[in-house]
Amino acid sequence: MSDMTLHHDHGHGDEHGHNPAQAHQFENMEQQTECYITGMWTFLVTEVMFFGALFVAYTLYRWNYKFDFYNAHEHLNVMMGGINTMVLLVSSWFVVMAVQGAQLGKRNQVLAFLAGTQLCALTFLTIKYFEYSSKFADNLYPGVGFTTNPEHVHHANLNHAQIFYGFYFGMTGLHAVHILVGILVIGFLMMKWYRRHPSVVNDFVYTEMVGLYWHFVDLVWIFLFPLFYLQANPFPPSVGGH
Amino acid sequence: MFHLFNFPLAPPAASNFAKEHDLVFYTLCALTVLFCVIVGAGVIFFSIYYRAGNKVDRSRPMYENLKLELTWTFIPLLLGIVVFWMGARLFVEMKTPPKDAQEIFVVGKQWMWHVQHTNGVRENNTLHIPIGKPVKLTMISQDVIHAFYIPAFRVQMHVVPGRYTQLWFTATEPGAYHLFCGMYCGTQHSEMGGTVYAMEPKDYANWLANGGEETVPMTMTQAGEKIYNRVGCNNCHANVSTPRAPSLLGIYNTKRVFTDGTSLVANEEYLRDSILHPWNHITNGYDESMPAYDGQLSESDVLNLIAYIKEMGTSTGKSAPSSLGNAEGAATRATGHDVHDTLSVGAIQANVPDPNPTPTLRKDTPAVGAIAAEGNK
Amino acid sequence: MSATATTTGQIHEEPGGGKETNYLNVTHTIKSWLLTQDHKRIAILYMVSTAFFFLLGGIAAGLIRYELTSPAGVMLESETYNKVFSAHGILMIFTFLVPAIPAIFGNFVLPLMIGARDVAFPKLNLMSWYLYMTGGSLILWGILAGGVDTGWTFYVPLSSMYSNGQVTITLVGIFIAGFSSITTGINFVVTVHKMRAPGMTWFRLPLFIWAMYATSVIMILGTPVVAVTLLCVIFERAFHLPIFSPELGGDPVLFQHMFWFYSHPAVYIMILPGFGVISELIANFSRKRIFGYHFVAFSSLAIAGLGFLVWGHHMFVSSQSMYEGIVFSLISFLVAVPSAIKIFNWTATLYKGHIRFQAPMLYALSFMGLFTLGGLTGLFLASMGTDVHLTNTYFIVAHFHYVMVGGQMTAYMGALHYWWPKMTGRMYHEGMAKFAALILFIGFNLTFFPQFIVGWLGMPRRYHYYYFAPEYQPYHIMSSLGASVLALGFGLPAFYLIASLINGPKASANPWGAHGLEWNIASPPPTENFLEIPIVTDEVYDFDPTSEFEQEAGTHRIMHGDAPGLQTKDGDKKPMEDK
Repeated sequence: MSDMTLHHDHGHGDEHGHNPAQAHQFENMEQQTECYITGMWTFLVTEVMFFGALFVAYTLYRWNYKFDFYNAHEHLNVMMGGINTMVLLVSSWFVVMAVQGAQLGKRNQVLAFLAGTQLCALTFLTIKYFEYSSKFADNLYPGVGFTTNPEHVHHANLNHAQIFYGFYFGMTGLHAVHILVGILVIGFLMMKWYRRHPSVVNDFVYTEMVGLYWHFVDLVWIFLFPLFYLQANPFPPSVGGH
Repeated sequence: MFHLFNFPLAPPAASNFAKEHDLVFYTLCALTVLFCVIVGAGVIFFSIYYRAGNKVDRSRPMYENLKLELTWTFIPLLLGIVVFWMGARLFVEMKTPPKDAQEIFVVGKQWMWHVQHTNGVRENNTLHIPIGKPVKLTMISQDVIHAFYIPAFRVQMHVVPGRYTQLWFTATEPGAYHLFCGMYCGTQHSEMGGTVYAMEPKDYANWLANGGEETVPMTMTQAGEKIYNRVGCNNCHANVSTPRAPSLLGIYNTKRVFTDGTSLVANEEYLRDSILHPWNHITNGYDESMPAYDGQLSESDVLNLIAYIKEMGTSTGKSAPSSLGNAEGAATRATGHDVHDTLSVGAIQANVPDPNPTPTLRKDTPAVGAIAAEGNK
Repeated sequence: MSATATTTGQIHEEPGGGKETNYLNVTHTIKSWLLTQDHKRIAILYMVSTAFFFLLGGIAAGLIRYELTSPAGVMLESETYNKVFSAHGILMIFTFLVPAIPAIFGNFVLPLMIGARDVAFPKLNLMSWYLYMTGGSLILWGILAGGVDTGWTFYVPLSSMYSNGQVTITLVGIFIAGFSSITTGINFVVTVHKMRAPGMTWFRLPLFIWAMYATSVIMILGTPVVAVTLLCVIFERAFHLPIFSPELGGDPVLFQHMFWFYSHPAVYIMILPGFGVISELIANFSRKRIFGYHFVAFSSLAIAGLGFLVWGHHMFVSSQSMYEGIVFSLISFLVAVPSAIKIFNWTATLYKGHIRFQAPMLYALSFMGLFTLGGLTGLFLASMGTDVHLTNTYFIVAHFHYVMVGGQMTAYMGALHYWWPKMTGRMYHEGMAKFAALILFIGFNLTFFPQFIVGWLGMPRRYHYYYFAPEYQPYHIMSSLGASVLALGFGLPAFYLIASLINGPKASANPWGAHGLEWNIASPPPTENFLEIPIVTDEVYDFDPTSEFEQEAGTHRIMHGDAPGLQTKDGDKKPMEDK
């Protein structure tokens, strides 16, 4: 077995010259790190295709029903959506700081900023909870009980408004599921850091991978928010919206 | 039908498309046989001649040859493009019905076909048509996706809920041909078939005159007029446009401009949508006071209404009935939306306050029959 | 030294010699198998589980063929028949054809071929299998709880609003199984990019790797789209979120676009690994480098790329616009060309080779014929004018069975017979294997060729009854008789392959005298694959067909326990001894 120089300044090595964080299938740490990062990016590509299909479907419907979607969207709470956007952006910054901490081996920094991320995530979900509750209260969940009150959809066609809300709940719901998964994964990572588990302490790649995932989840929201909440008024100027 | 020892090997060729279709089909058969033979012969010959142990000349083996590669890339490509063009040409023809095609209407549902001729003759699971005359089917489904498939004519088209689809053909050979449902649609998909009867024009005329399989004693237009009155279209749509509703005389195939600035041509699709979901497109100068008939009319009803509307205001058709005089005691129409309109007949009220103060163009014609709107908007 | 054939299933100590440790016998507990991270063991897990699902799908096929012998059915109600063909499609596609070659042979052989110790993410690999088993179990549960009668294509609004079957649970199962595909794809892409041995450049990779790479790219890009499409149907059915409902203004044809966006590339997921296998078989059993290696390698990538642009050819009569149809049709003709290039290149490889006719090669040659016919019949469907008549008929059924069964399954059987000695350390009965290959070829053609005719005559697919058209019956009877022969073609290998595990002769490291890194290690390989990671200096498929050794190699028939020179530990590199 040829000796491979370790490119990561982690110091440890047993008598075979392996970093204990190196998995058996890899020849050296550099290969391992590259594989993990490439793998994570590849996974994110699959997520892009996953959400992308929904974005395309939503875009097609919005193109066909732009007036009704605009009218219906006016009932969404832009303030809450906007706060959520800021919350996620801040959480992304926290994650960047956490990854830096991992690279520098600063456990306290990692734990602090990951905790901050978790707080942001929980805030996001809480605000989401209130948003959804208000929608349910107005009978805006599609189905048999969908509202017949045109006020709640700002005089959009009720059928098309149902489709709008179908996408709204479907896509923001799927996104919220991804946030939840993120909370669990970050929690798991935090636990490993807390216990000074050598796999994360000696190798920042895991923290970086989690960071990439979180950035992606944030990015999805950055697209969702304007597409749903910040629609441009499609009505010609002489005719106002309702 | 072409038979070999009593086994059918080709479907009957009974439409204007069959000849061209079969030309493309048999061209493809020939190309398939050709390439299978080339590859098969190559594989068999090389494997046997160059089998291990057979002492033949294997010097200078070939591992690559750009010329050869490009040849067998571009020749199949070219052949492919030619066949593509043949198929596309046929397809475009199939998608372009002639203007003078005889119209027949089809509603597909689980698990049967309703066919309706414009003169009122209806049939289930059969289709009687004359030969020599182009026939255009306009189709819609009442539930799931079906497909109308006549193998002998080489035509097939999905029948979709929520939109009209069309197919056309000109039958060329009298006879009885299979009609199949071609898109899996549930339990009795395989039983949703029937027969297409292509008849000499004389025989077809006789069949039609004798009422076909089952006749409703009125044409589609007449049936449409009945529905028009029954569900109250006549209460708002008069011979002339009023503040309440535009006139429908001569509306077919005209351009309609809407309150949002967009416009559409009033074809069958638009007319159907306006009846079932009027709030999708509000004609400029009007508001959302027309109730939606979605759920109250079957697709057959809608087809009949459209036939009636198309005839309105034409020389062969009747004008809208002067129904406002008949609207005594017209019922309040509550449609499940929170808009309550009551219709009362009687005095002309010239100065009824405009219940919908949007800055749209309104005609100054006095209301024929007073219409007072009240309630939430 | 020669090994003696064992007569029991146990691997016992050889007198005076050490027991060889390999990946199979290194540990024996069930836990060590169910928690393995060894790509080879995971491949075996997949082999057993996919075989199980194949058996179920095959039973469904048998029921279908039996039922179709009479125009008015034989013993099933229509609803049951509809559930049976739906189960057949779902099981065969999602639990067999999509995973089979990649998850079994990809997993086993890919790391070996590139000189790696394992895939990049062994734990993820194990998770792939568990995702597969979970998805498959849910699908099975759906079947046992009553099944679905929507067809494997789940068109809306039938599946979202009208079907009364176990749609939701089946879709959840397929959704989960899809993630098995995605994780395998991620694993393979990263492995091929990052874990090739020193000297293993891209153009020294065996063509099987190129094919697996292209397959993995499709898995990564396509599968998430069908996952979310099926999720939308679940949304509609279970959560009442309207996405496609026509009465609310939704578009049922949008489902078709989203569904086929994956499902067309999916058929390339199914066939590309088969192409990779055929490249290996043709090269090694002609003792010659594949003709036009670069063209064949790039054609795999071309198929993967173009395959994403043709989905609308499933929708020519769906009410999509004529112009969309024209674009899809044109590109469909283009995507046929790379496959044609492969066929021609394989044929040219045979020229001036040393062709051997062992069982794997018989499957490869079989593939050449069946796939050529199947692929060419695809052109009938790419051409719009003819597709109008042929779509939704048995012509389609015949076409895809020719490419899927005649193509991919034949390649699968070839791969199974080729790598069996490597994977299990045993040789099977060669005579029976050749016979089975022949039976498969004959049975397959008898089953599916009549279906081209009956489809052309106009018989729609997914039909339980055809009493409107009893003239179709003779073709169905021919087809069903053929299906019995086909079943034998699949059943026989099960028999002699399992028998080989019990008392087949031990295989040497390289019983075929093939070239490739996987043949330089023992059969079965040790867990860590290579004692030392090889440094690759040879080109791939570096046979020299003019050499005397090549002329001699492989002319001896393999007989049970009795083939001199073929059971040496280091393969066919030694001179043959006279018997």
